[in-house]
Amino acid sequence: MRNFDYHVASDVKAAEALLKAKEDGKLMAGGMTLLPTLKQRLAAPSDVIDIGSISALKGVKKDGNEIVIGAMTRHFDVANSDVVKANIPALASLASQIGDPAVRHRGTIGGSIANADPAADYPGGCMGLGATIVTTKRKIKADDFFVGLFETSLESDEIVTEVRFPIPQKAAYQKFRHPASGYAVVGVMVAKFADGVRVGVTGSGPNAFRAKDFEAALSKDFSARAIENVNLSADGLLSDIHFSAEYRAHVTGVMARRAVAAAG
Amino acid sequence: MEVKLTVNGKPVTATVEPRTLLVELLRDQLRLTGTHVGCDTTQCGCCVIHLDGEAVKSCTILAAQASGRNVLTIEGLAKPDGTLHPMQEAFREHHGLQCGFCTPGMVMMGVDIARRLPGADEKTVRQELEGNICRCTGYQGIVQAILSVVNPAAVKDHHHA
Repeated sequence: MRNFDYHVASDVKAAEALLKAKEDGKLMAGGMTLLPTLKQRLAAPSDVIDIGSISALKGVKKDGNEIVIGAMTRHFDVANSDVVKANIPALASLASQIGDPAVRHRGTIGGSIANADPAADYPGGCMGLGATIVTTKRKIKADDFFVGLFETSLESDEIVTEVRFPIPQKAAYQKFRHPASGYAVVGVMVAKFADGVRVGVTGSGPNAFRAKDFEAALSKDFSARAIENVNLSADGLLSDIHFSAEYRAHVTGVMARRAVAAAG
Repeated sequence: MEVKLTVNGKPVTATVEPRTLLVELLRDQLRLTGTHVGCDTTQCGCCVIHLDGEAVKSCTILAAQASGRNVLTIEGLAKPDGTLHPMQEAFREHHGLQCGFCTPGMVMMGVDIARRLPGADEKTVRQELEGNICRCTGYQGIVQAILSVVNPAAVKDHHHA
């Protein structure tokens, strides 16, 4: 790891000021991705700005028909939140499947989505549930947030402050877990709302996306059978030594059907 | 930079680099070498310690991030007179180790599981050990040791029964 200057931001304003002032500053939440990245020297920022202890960015609440999760809320706290479990159990389930218990004690939702790992769980959950990502500057629909491999629409001095999830009628997350890393080879969040069904997919492509053919079929008939013969194209999907794009396309369909069945 | 934290109940002040990992502070400066580094990539769990009472991987947290906080390592688990912690005793009793390299992390995670999930069944204990890798035992003794603390009724191999 290259050395850097370390700063603790006491609040969001201080974090914004530090981010603007430093030539190559990088925000750190739980550090579960940033620190391994620094160790491998894939990144070498001049300054690391620790926002993980900003208490205003932590916590879960229900606000009207939305569940609002502070950006620095840890996976452990989402997985065990009574509010999340009562309103969007699929989201608590998703959080409980990230990494391992020690990782869930550190990693945060804001860190996960800002990093936008193609195999991370939360991006798929945000797409499937139609989340809104609230930042220091604006509100961004999940559909407009994840734009590429490790790439979001966040500006360089913009900080995620909370994620708002509309409460669906029902939803379920199904994940084909990489046996070694625990990341999603494929993860699918299916959510049924009064005005239609959303299907968010992570792991399969360079960034989380919606499987719109599945959505159209499921909006007419919310059953696993409805998408039995709907195939996801492998075009543009990820391919690696373990799993080809065609395999990922196939497993995406399998996970979507399992999610529909699990949602009931 | 200077960090102040509590390690195994004792106040510690140390000078570290911003990039110094907590496990490096523990092992190299404080000479608490019970906490091991197996993979250095947040996967193996040999470096698990408790930060403010919760299991975390000390290879993936800066010493600076632990400033002002409470760290418990494997060295702080037994009583000062040497009496083993019940989880350590359970690992001895159920032969939850062979080479011993993963054992400090396994024991610290075991204590964390016992705190969070009293009464957990065997499947849950195995799931909770997702982030702790053992290359010797096949996990059986480890799982039985942790189960014997969190849910004694679920222990199958009462070899002294």
